Amino acid sequence: MSKKKEVLEYVDKEGKRTDGRKADELRAIKIEAGVLPRADGSAYLEWGQNKVLAAVYGPREVIPKHHANPYKAIVRYAYRMASFSVPERKNPRPGRRELEISKVSGEALEKAIFLERFPNTAIDVFVEVLDSNAGTRIAALTAASVALADAGIPMRDMVSGVAIGKISGNLVLDLNKHEEDAPDAVDMPLAVLPNSEEIVLLQMDGLLKRSDWENAFELGMTGCKKVYELQKAALKKKYEIANGDEQK
Amino acid sequence: MSVVIWDLDTDKVINRLKEGKRIDERAFDEYREIKLQKQISENADGSARVQLGETDIIAGVKFELGKPYPDTPEEGTMSVNSELLPLASPTFEFGPPSVESVELARVVDRGIRESKCMDFKSFCIREKELAYTANIDIYVVNYAGNLFDASAFAAIDALAETKLPKVEEDKLVAGEYSGKLKLSRKPILGTFAKISNNIVLDPNLAEEKAMNARFSVSTTEDEMLCAFQKGMGGSFTSAELSSMLDIALKKGKELRKLL
Repeated sequence: MSKKKEVLEYVDKEGKRTDGRKADELRAIKIEAGVLPRADGSAYLEWGQNKVLAAVYGPREVIPKHHANPYKAIVRYAYRMASFSVPERKNPRPGRRELEISKVSGEALEKAIFLERFPNTAIDVFVEVLDSNAGTRIAALTAASVALADAGIPMRDMVSGVAIGKISGNLVLDLNKHEEDAPDAVDMPLAVLPNSEEIVLLQMDGLLKRSDWENAFELGMTGCKKVYELQKAALKKKYEIANGDEQK
Repeated sequence: MSVVIWDLDTDKVINRLKEGKRIDERAFDEYREIKLQKQISENADGSARVQLGETDIIAGVKFELGKPYPDTPEEGTMSVNSELLPLASPTFEFGPPSVESVELARVVDRGIRESKCMDFKSFCIREKELAYTANIDIYVVNYAGNLFDASAFAAIDALAETKLPKVEEDKLVAGEYSGKLKLSRKPILGTFAKISNNIVLDPNLAEEKAMNARFSVSTTEDEMLCAFQKGMGGSFTSAELSSMLDIALKKGKELRKLL
């Protein structure tokens, strides 16, 4: 009931949102590459309240063998939410939502990787969401992309993502949970290859006008490019620390 | 064996597209022939069979009573399930639902749910205690490409024919109805395949094998877009998206007339 009263107040007269952000402002993002010693590549990412851990294993042997592709590597992506990562405890078994997100996220990574260099192998990507507040599939994919680069897997580009939203008639970037729950909210997760601006992941829920698409995409692309810079910085930072150690 | 046949077919699809033609001579924005049969099951509260070319789908609606979710105490709900029946294709097997089947059900679900075509408040019988759930079950009986559009079309067609069962003493009365289900919109899903930089509507089986990216959008009669789904390992540009949205809105209007 309280939700209805707030409908008109998601974006105020000055263009500020309920958490003080501007329309095109992302929540605070922190990325660290190479956090899991056993994995071939890994990353830890915080995006607002969202916290995710991503690990990459491979290219490695495909088991079961009949899943292997003789022409290229296959990407197996597992997006999972920890039972305690949501307000009401989640059954740890993967649900239909997690299976679907895993499918489209794995497919989003395919274009970025030189898969044809590793026929008959699998590149396994595991992402665990530890805490959530809207936008976890994009947080997970962003972390996964850093983990792939950290694993030294040859890539054409990073995969960078952001969710575009529309609340009470305003296009905004990166909805938080409060905004996502608005009765008229539109949520559009987008992931691109930032250098070629190709769309590799796109979903949308809610009622959007046809004329909104071009503006929404442009807004999303500015967000993706910001995320891309943070991903690159995280990868560089891993080696900066190593250089610092050498000097000591 | 079959792998080699598919490779040959894929070559054929790509070579024809280079000449600006589709393997079955359709225009790039043309659907295959659509046949529609209403009310194919008497026990269902609503049902339909849709044939899109050789793709054949049966959708049925059954209501159940349940407790409303705690965050929506005055609302009933809907759920979509899909079955890729082994009789529909040599590649379908019994067992737990495949990822493909899960994605199909969820895309059809979002296309309908996000259009807000059903008034879930009207599903409520007693606040916090009792409400209708509309179970929409999709059965694929022949797989010949584009299950998404055929399933979404069968589902909305079944819903358009659906009657609400009577409730007495908190139970559904079999075979008795209290009225028709009201739909404020009729969302139509449009699915495109990108095959070596060509984009075609309603891919058939050979085109699906050849496609490297897929995009689906659900559109309504008031020209709104209510769900997107991009799939497969390929990519789209923003301009390609714009053109697909325009085609989907135009073709959605044509399909809606068939309902």
